[in-house]
Amino acid sequence: MNSKTKDCLSKTYRDWLWVILVLAAFLGGYSTYFILEHHSSSPEPATQSVQHHEKPKIELQTASQRRIDVPLLTPWLAPIVWDGTFDEDILNEQFQGRNITIGVTIFAIKKYVIFLKLFLETAEKHFMVGYKVNYYVFTDRPNDVPKIPLQEGRKIITLVVQNYSRWQDISMHRMEMISNYCHQLFFKDVDYLVCLDVDMKFNDHVGVEMLSDLVGTLHPGFYGASRETFTYERRPKSQAYIPRGKGDYYYMGGFFGGKVQQVYKLTKACHEAMLIDKSNRIEAVWHDESHLNKYLFLHKPTKVLPPEYMWDKQLLGWPAFLRKMRMLAVPKNHAKIRNK
Amino acid sequence: MRWRSMLLAAITLTLLSIFLVIWMLTWNWSVHYLPYYLPCPEALRKDVLTLTPWLAPIVSEGTFNSELLNNAYRPLNLTIGVTAFAVGKYTRFVRRFLESAEEFFMQGFQVNYYIFTDDPEAIPHVPLRPGRNLSVIPIQGFSHWEEISMRRMESINKFIASRGHREVDYLYCLDIDMVFWNPWGAETLGDLVAAIHPGYFTVPRWQFPYERRPLSTAFVADGEGDFYYGGAVFGGRVERVYEFTGGCHMAILADKANGIMAAWQEESHLNRRFISHKPSKVLSPEYLWDDRKPQPPSLKLIRFSTLDKDSMNLKN
Repeated sequence: MNSKTKDCLSKTYRDWLWVILVLAAFLGGYSTYFILEHHSSSPEPATQSVQHHEKPKIELQTASQRRIDVPLLTPWLAPIVWDGTFDEDILNEQFQGRNITIGVTIFAIKKYVIFLKLFLETAEKHFMVGYKVNYYVFTDRPNDVPKIPLQEGRKIITLVVQNYSRWQDISMHRMEMISNYCHQLFFKDVDYLVCLDVDMKFNDHVGVEMLSDLVGTLHPGFYGASRETFTYERRPKSQAYIPRGKGDYYYMGGFFGGKVQQVYKLTKACHEAMLIDKSNRIEAVWHDESHLNKYLFLHKPTKVLPPEYMWDKQLLGWPAFLRKMRMLAVPKNHAKIRNK
Repeated sequence: MRWRSMLLAAITLTLLSIFLVIWMLTWNWSVHYLPYYLPCPEALRKDVLTLTPWLAPIVSEGTFNSELLNNAYRPLNLTIGVTAFAVGKYTRFVRRFLESAEEFFMQGFQVNYYIFTDDPEAIPHVPLRPGRNLSVIPIQGFSHWEEISMRRMESINKFIASRGHREVDYLYCLDIDMVFWNPWGAETLGDLVAAIHPGYFTVPRWQFPYERRPLSTAFVADGEGDFYYGGAVFGGRVERVYEFTGGCHMAILADKANGIMAAWQEESHLNRRFISHKPSKVLSPEYLWDDRKPQPPSLKLIRFSTLDKDSMNLKN
């Protein structure tokens, strides 16, 4: 080959090599970006929503589904409120004008008072920010309720209640106490009620996207499990009985809510069912949670919250479908905490 | 040396393809999960949008279980109302509308049909199932079809105030020149329900035929809007429909005072209002179809559609 052809050839060869290298670099960079982006919703406290939007573009076409890895609707058309499926700005616009107050019930009986500080502090950062919130702290130790600085429009109301020696009884009597206080307080003071376990902390945004007439939360331990493994009460003698082959989801006893009227009906029904069980000398396998599941099986919730809203990182890790961990279990020593 | 450069290129390409394959596999893994338990696993439509960004379900075949919904709603002893306007020559559509509704609309529920007409004599007698009634509501006819169309909001609003609020729980406002072809059931019940216009569901937002003149109260600016909803189907709880029709009617009157009529009459006003008062449930074009259009694969079923007709002939 003469030198001219050689130069031509090596030039072409070099050009091609550059093209291939640039392509490889781009693909490498993009995939790294993709993987990083997927894990960018970190478990550390995020005070702002990750999405910064311009007006969202919505076209009713294929591939515009925001999440295709999870079910977005229940078979009775209740939304399952996954991250990435809703626009906070639109929802806030809808709710702001209505001047709503959200009530939160938490039970800090006996040693459970120690969970209050973290719960309330993280709630101030993440829960219904910008809205009026009443924290109703049910406790037998009113002096142990910590003084937390609260945002404007938010207050703590301490309700002194009796304790029970068995932790199962404490758990179950929550239904009774909530339904009692509906008439005394909740009907006139708040629009929505959210009934939570206290041994939790907020880790990410929990807002008006969760509000609806009747709301249940999917138990994180049963996500991906088949219906046969759900720990429903299986003894026909109990009011909480759900036969094999029936049931939609396994809901968490520690996170339910809705409009006051609906929560009142739910808590009243569960309490009455537990009384009947008591008179029949039977106690449902998972106590108030079993009765809650029975109620929500018969009275379908209008919104379902995915396990983002109640997660246990120690036990369950961080699977791919979980983009946000909005509420997390606080690690505790069960033996030490209960029955003390 | 030619073979050398080619060999190098070949090696690079091979490495690249290996890299690509690994990347695609990893990408798939990151969104893979065990299917979550659902009573009807087929109820997972991935090919269409099933939820709006304000968490209103978009109802289409495969997203719901009729049995569950019927079990939830039938015991509530609800009465569902339907309004339809048969003015002038449009009375000829009443029979087919009612007959098909008897077969497919809200089976198992109490239904009240309210036919608004300027010619009550022309309304045929159609046998109805038990628990279902027909009322003929006389109204004034107008010479221009646009006027007839726009007056519907006012008529519905007045009707709810005088009778509707006492007689029904939910109300649907439908066009009369349509036929039911498949079940329309409790999946459509909601506080405030809109239906996506069949002509615009694959069209980008900037092409929606919103009213674009700022003088009109139905004006929608560029970049505003969610879907283009059809004026032929809307509804919801009777109180919400009252507010909605009242709002639209006021807007129509304001336009009249300014001597302007919106591009698509009350449909433009309906669309304007649904932007600021978003529907709590959206019906896919299965619930409002145009038979002149070819049926796309994403549309599994047509439940309610226009009767092909010579529209110019009818409108005067």
